[in-house]
Amino acid sequence: MTALVLAEHNNQELKPVTLNTVTAALELDQDVHILVAGNACSAVAEEAAKVAGIAKVLLVESDAYENFLAENIATLVSNISGDYDFILAPTSTNGKNVMPRVAALQDVSQISDISAIESSDTFQRPIYAGNCIATVKSNDSKKIITVRNTAFDAADAASGSAEIITLEEINDAGISKFVKEEIAESDRPELTAADVIISGGRGMQNGDNFSILEGIADKLGAAIGASRAAVDSGFVPNDYQVGQTGKIVAPDLYIAVGISGAIQHLAGMKDSKVIVAINKDEDAPIFQVADYGLVADLFEAMPELESKI
Amino acid sequence: MKILVPIKRVVDYNVKVRPKSDESGVDLNNVKMAMNPFCEIAVEEAVRLKEAGKAEEIIAVTIGASSSQEQLRTALALGADRAILVETEVEAEPLGISKLLKSIVDKESPDLIILGKQAIDGDNNQTGQMLGALTGFSQATFASEVNLEGESLSVTREIDGGLQTLDINLPAIVTTDLRLNEPRYASLPNIMKAKSKPLDIIPAADLGVDISPRLEIIKVTLPAEREAGVIVETVDELIDKLKNEAKVIS
Repeated sequence: MTALVLAEHNNQELKPVTLNTVTAALELDQDVHILVAGNACSAVAEEAAKVAGIAKVLLVESDAYENFLAENIATLVSNISGDYDFILAPTSTNGKNVMPRVAALQDVSQISDISAIESSDTFQRPIYAGNCIATVKSNDSKKIITVRNTAFDAADAASGSAEIITLEEINDAGISKFVKEEIAESDRPELTAADVIISGGRGMQNGDNFSILEGIADKLGAAIGASRAAVDSGFVPNDYQVGQTGKIVAPDLYIAVGISGAIQHLAGMKDSKVIVAINKDEDAPIFQVADYGLVADLFEAMPELESKI
Repeated sequence: MKILVPIKRVVDYNVKVRPKSDESGVDLNNVKMAMNPFCEIAVEEAVRLKEAGKAEEIIAVTIGASSSQEQLRTALALGADRAILVETEVEAEPLGISKLLKSIVDKESPDLIILGKQAIDGDNNQTGQMLGALTGFSQATFASEVNLEGESLSVTREIDGGLQTLDINLPAIVTTDLRLNEPRYASLPNIMKAKSKPLDIIPAADLGVDISPRLEIIKVTLPAEREAGVIVETVDELIDKLKNEAKVIS
C-alpha cells in the first residue's frame, strides 16, 4: 500500500499545509510519496525530500503545470494514480480545484476535508458548516481525500532524506490559460499557518479602521483575518476571510474584534485553542465560544490593549 | 449561447441542524428548505449574461426528489427559461450527480455551465470539478468575476492569498464564489410567470447511470462543544488571563 500527497507550493517553496497532509497520509500508510508538479520547482522537491517519513518525491516540471491548472494537474495525477491506494491533498483552493477532477477521472467518490482518520477506510468530516460531524466509510478501492490542515499536526520538515525521481509525464489539455495572479504581499504570517490571529468584523466600520488591529498584530506576530461581513462590505480583500467558505484556521490564540459570530464564521475558527472576543454587544453569539470575552467598544479597548501588551 | 445551471435543494442557511437521535443522519423533519446560496449566485450570473445579450437560453437542472421542483420554480422566477428535474429518491453523491449532469449535458449541449462551488449541506465542493472531468470541459472554480466576450471567457477566481485570472475555452464550467454577484429577489409577477414555464421531469433511472453511493454514513454526531468561557471586565484583566491562565502571550 502506498499513499501519494499532492504538494502545495508556488514553484519556489513548499507550503506548510503540505506537512499537515503528510501527517494524515502517514496515519494511513507507511509508504508515502510526495508529488511536486510545477515548473522550475526542483527547490520544492528538495524541500519535500527532507520531510520526515517520506519514501519518494516525484518531480514533474513543465510549462503545463506552472500555474497548477486543474485540467492538466488532474490528468497527471490520474495517470500516475495506478500505484496508489490513497491520494491526498490539503483542503486548499488548489486541492479543492484539482482533486474532484482526479476522483471523477478515477471513478472514485472523493472524501472532502477529513478532520480525523478512524481506519484506512473510515473518516470523520465536518458537514453543515461544522454543525455536525459525519463518520463515513469509503467502499471505493482507491481513496481520494482532501485534508483539513488544522486537524492534523505538521510533519517534521527537516529530518527526512527521500529519493527524488523525475517524471516525464506531461499533459497539456490546452483548454485553459493562466492570465495573472494578484497575491497580497505581507510581512505577516499566512492565516492558515499563524499561531495568533486577530480578526475584524462588521464592527470595524470601515477598511481604514483595520489599522487599529495592525499594531497589536505586529506586537503578537499575528496574522490579520476578517469575517465575511467585513469582506463583503469591502473593508478588506477576500483572502482575509475566515469561515465556512473562507479559510479554516485553528491558531493558539484567536482574537475576534467586532465580530458577532455567525455560524459561518464560527465554522472557520472554533477549533482555535484560545478564543478572545471583544464586542460591545453582550448578546453576540461569539461570546458563547470565547474563552475570554470583553464587552467593550473596540475603538477604546484596542488602543488600550496595544499599549499594554 | 446556452447556459446550464445545476442547482440544489438544501436546508435553509439560517437553520442550525442537529443529528437524528439514532445518529443515522441529520434530522431534516420540519426543517425549512431553500435553494443553496451558491446556486442562487449561479442563477443570477446566468440571468445577467442573458440580460446583457450574451446568452439566449438558461436551463436550470437539479437532481433530487419531487420536492426539488420548488427550487426549480424559484430559478424560473429568477429568470431561467426552462427547468429539468432528474428525479430520484437516492441521495446521490457528487460523483453520481455529476454523472447524471453529464447525461443532461450530452442532451442539451450547453456552451457554459455555471454552478455553485459547494452545497452548504455536505460542504463537499466537488460537483463542478467532477463534471469537468467527465465532460472534458475547461473549469474555473470559485469565480468572483466572469467576463464573456464572444467565444472568450475570462474568469477571476478567489484563491488562497488573493485572486487569479484565467482565460478558458468554451464549453466551460464555472463555479461561483460568494462575491460574484448579489442575487436578486424574485418579483411576484415573475413568480406567477414561472408557474407556466416548462419543467421536464426525467426519472434518473432512464439515464442509465450508476449513482449508487460509494460512501456509507456510519454516523452523524455533534462536534465537541467548547466549554463556556468567562467575561472579563477590563483590558488589564484580559491581558492577565492571556499571560497567566491561558499562557498564550508573554
